[in-house]
Order: sequence, then C-alpha cells, then structure tokens
Amino acid sequence: MSLPDEYMQYPHRSYGMDHDRYDWSLLGDRKPVSWPGGAKLALWVNVSLQFFPLNQQGKPFPPPGGMTMPYPDLRHFTLRDYGNRVGIYRILNALDRYNVKATFAINGQLAERTPTLVQRIAERGDEILGHGWNMDSLHYGGMDPDEEQKLVQRSLNALRDATGQPVRGWLSPARNESEQTPELLAQDGIDYFCDWVNDDMPYPFRTANGELTSLPLSTELEDRFVVLNNQHSEQSWCEQLCDACDMLLDEAESQGGRILALSLHPWLIGQPHRIGKLEAALEYITSKAGIWSAGASEIVDTWREQQT
Amino acid sequence: MKEDPGYYDYWPYENRPKIEWPNGARLAFWVAPNIEFYELDPPANPFRKAWPQPYPAIPGYGIRDYGNRVGHRRQMHTLERYGIRGSISLSTALCDHHPEIIAECAERNWEFFSHGIYNTRYAYGMSVEQEAEYIRDSMETIKKHTGQNCAGLLATALSHSDYTLDLFAEIGTELAGDDAGFYTCDLFHDDQPTPLKLRGGKRFVSMPYSLEMNDTIAYVVNKIEPRRYGENLKACFDRLYAEGEQSGTVMCIPTHNYQVSCPHRLKAFEEALEYITGHSDVWVTTAREVAAYYRDNYYDAAVSAIAQSNGEAAA
Repeated sequence: MSLPDEYMQYPHRSYGMDHDRYDWSLLGDRKPVSWPGGAKLALWVNVSLQFFPLNQQGKPFPPPGGMTMPYPDLRHFTLRDYGNRVGIYRILNALDRYNVKATFAINGQLAERTPTLVQRIAERGDEILGHGWNMDSLHYGGMDPDEEQKLVQRSLNALRDATGQPVRGWLSPARNESEQTPELLAQDGIDYFCDWVNDDMPYPFRTANGELTSLPLSTELEDRFVVLNNQHSEQSWCEQLCDACDMLLDEAESQGGRILALSLHPWLIGQPHRIGKLEAALEYITSKAGIWSAGASEIVDTWREQQT
Repeated sequence: MKEDPGYYDYWPYENRPKIEWPNGARLAFWVAPNIEFYELDPPANPFRKAWPQPYPAIPGYGIRDYGNRVGHRRQMHTLERYGIRGSISLSTALCDHHPEIIAECAERNWEFFSHGIYNTRYAYGMSVEQEAEYIRDSMETIKKHTGQNCAGLLATALSHSDYTLDLFAEIGTELAGDDAGFYTCDLFHDDQPTPLKLRGGKRFVSMPYSLEMNDTIAYVVNKIEPRRYGENLKACFDRLYAEGEQSGTVMCIPTHNYQVSCPHRLKAFEEALEYITGHSDVWVTTAREVAAYYRDNYYDAAVSAIAQSNGEAAA
C-alpha cells in the first residue's frame, strides 16, 4: 500500500500563501486604521434577505437553513418566508431604536417575489449588497462558467433595476464560490465582497479582472451559526457579541480601528423569543464610547483612503 | 488490523508511585497552541476528504487562515501575560509559509513539536516509507528553522498507522539520540504521563494532551458556549490540582488560533489562564520539560509498578 508520488510533494511550500489571491499579512503588522470621529470600533450589521425554494436541488449541497424534509417541506419553506414577512420588520424597528445603520444582502429573486420589501429597504437609504439569485443557486467549484456568469448578472441586474442603487458589494449564498466567482464579480461592477472570512479587517484581493476588496463578514458570530448550528442559547449569543465588542475595543486601543461584523437572518433572529437578545446586544454595543455604526461601503472607502 | 494497539497495559488510577513535580508542584500545566497550515487545494487522499465543498472550499480554509493572520498574535500575547510558554504543535510547512510566526515564538523560547507538514495531508494509505518520510521531514524542518531537536509528536491531522509512534521514536534516535522523538500527544488514556511500549524499547512517554479540553473539540464537535468552555477549563484544573496532592497530575489545554482567539472567545480563555496560573503549586511549563522530567525520574518506577500490577492480577 502506498499513495501516489504527488501526495508526498509540496509544490506551494514557500513564503506566503499557497495561492495568489492575496498576500500573507499579520494583522498586527499593518498600519493602524482610523475611523471617523476618532471611533475605535466600526459596527457593521448585515441583514441577509433570502429566498429558499420549495423544490430545492441542493447542488452541490443543501444551503444552510434550507429544506431538510421530503418534498414539500412546508415547515421550512414557510419558516424561512416568515423572515421576509414578519421578522425583518422587527429587525428594522430594533435597528432604528438603537440608531444602528445596516446593510442588506438580498437574493435577486426577491426583487420579483417581494418587491414591497425590497422597496422598503431601498427607501430607507440603506445599502444593498448582491446575495446571489436564491439560496438554492449556489456558486460552486466545477459549475458551468457561462451559467455562473448569467447567475451573477441576473442577481445584480434585478437589484439594480429595482432599487437604482449601484450595488457595489456581494455576499455569495452560503459564502460559497467557484474558482472564477471573484473574476465574475469584478467584471460586473462589484468592488468588495464578504465571502472570505479570514481576517477582522478588509484586505486587497486579486482577480483577473482587477482588484476587489475583501471585507470579511464573520461567520462565527452570525445568529444562524451560533443559535442554529452551535445550538447555543440566545442569551449566550448576546454574551458572545458583548464579549467580542469588549475585546475588539480593547485591541483597537493599541492597534487602530477594528470592525465588529454582525450577520443577521430575519427568519432566525426575527422570532419573537429571540429579537430581544438582538436588542440587548445592540443596547450594550451602542452604549460604549468609540462605536461607529457604518455601512459596508463606508467602511471599505474609509479603509481604502488610508492604504497609500 | 489489531484489536488493541498494544502501547500500554492496564494500570489503575490508584496506588501508583507518587509523582512530585519540581519545587513541590502538584500539577504540571502546559498549553499546546496548534499552529497549522491547511492547503486550499491539497492532493486527494483515498480515505479522508480534506474539505466538504468542491475546490475552492473557502469557509474552512478562510477561518484557518484567520488563525494565522489574526489569532496567533492574540493568543501569543495572552499566554505571555500569564508567563506561559507555548508548546507548539506545528504544521512544519508553516516555517516556509509564515516564518514571522516561527521567529517570534522561537524568540520567546517556546517549544516546537511535529504535527506533520500540512494538516491537509493524512497518513491513511501511506506506505511505511512514506510515513517515515513525512515524519523525518517535519523533524528536520523544526531543527533547521528553530535549532530545536523535535521531542514530541501529534500525528498529522491525528491520522495514524500501526507504525506511526515506532517510526517517530526511531527517527528521533537517528537524528538526536534520546533528545528527540521521546513523547507523543496522540493517546488519551490517562491524566498522568505513562510509559509506552514501542518497537526497540526506547524510553518513550505518552503525554496527557486532553481531547476534552481541546478548543476545537469543545467548539466544533461538542459545540459548547465560550463561557462554558472557560468554566470547563477551571473545573478540570480544580479536580486535577486537588488530585495532584496525592500524585502529580498534568493538565494541557490544546488550542487553535482560529478558535480560542476569536473576539467572542478570548475572554473566557484568558480568565481560565488567570485562574490556573494564580495557584501556587502549579508548574507552568512545556511538554518537553514534563516528558523529560518524567522520563528521568519516574519512568522506570512506573514500568516496574505496571508489571507488578499486571503480574499480581495474573497470579
């Protein structure tokens, strides 16, 4: 028994990363970033508005939060739909109550299915990010490049047509990508994306069609990941957000501005028994000195201005 | 395939020869930061998949890269505040990819031991020669980049064959005699160091490494809350510290920079470190120092006691 020779060879064993998408860089070695008004911590809340089709194909895997029962999985279909009908309006109230700005990553198909909701978000003046077509239209390695190009175009066009916004940012469904997703995004007018969660700060990301900014949207603090995947209590999720806020504020004292990136799903945190814990976390975070509630583009632009 | 790996005989956790750690300490405490490199596009292994998604599997890759870019410094400075030198379980390719990390740990006199070359390469399916090749490469890489003789092993991605520990011990002997290849963290059968029976009979120590206190097991497999993890660490310490009055115990916290150093988790970890190192009879040390001290002072007595215990049982 033995493995092929290739298994004992290490072609990328040299300085830096094992790919050429971005450079190796220790966060602590970078030039400190300043946020407006001398703030220490940028609070970036992103709310994902999603459509989970009942006839889920699950290619190449079922999306997180997707259907799990034999067709027709009415329980999960309607429970996810609940987020767009009910949960989101609780979140909007919570954001407004604590004067917190948010961005909204929206599946393009919602522009057709729930135009009222998309208009409501656009009228608030909040930034909208591309979020693929729907949660069952994943971008994945090995998919047909032409099909993916159409998927990106269709998703972005739907949001741009519906809202008049340029739509500069992107979050892939399930943060999953193919080999060429970054190229397609750059080609279609995206200038920052949030799928690669390998840093607490933005960093430059290479594509064959020009540079993108990678702005990581934390998975580890996400409502869905903590409450659904990890099965932690809502109270624990709230504590984790508060502890993260304290730690990042503390680090910012000596290392420059930091970002608390909070990813929310209305179908999860918008439930009546959970929304209070989001409010408690926002109350705690906004009570601290040195918080800058900001949209993703503002954070990216402020960071970019200081990179020369 | 064997029914039992045969590395050790049964030995009850009572009436053992008493262990006393240096300066009368009851508990030897060490922290094992796993500093790992996962490849974005590793070659396929027929027995274990590296990533759940087709290439590029950015969710798993990304968070592990986060550990090196962001988490490493946080943990290093946290350990430093409590006078703890890490015993690094190292993907040795990191010496080439991220030499800055190696340099600043070496500067702090931390220990480096082998955790393979990449954590996306598995021993499953390797020939004995191939497994020996990766073990030797990893030990030589540590020597080349840090000057240290590699004393310990945590097999690459915890993937083993029937020969892993024998090979590690023998290659260690070839490279540096008894100063290399004399302990392993791969076995979880005890809360004290124990002698292992290997081919060739080298005096070889199994170090308690604790899968239960491992942050990745706690957070990813058992999915526990950060504050509960902190409480578990303290409870584990309290019990082993109390038992250490009878005979010295060992507590290890195996960590990963992409788990314990996340902003929502660092506080619970730090509170536990503060608690543990705040006790007087704790030997805050490294794995190599514990294994060597045990080997030099208690190994032979343990071998006799185990033989006697099993002889009595047989009689």
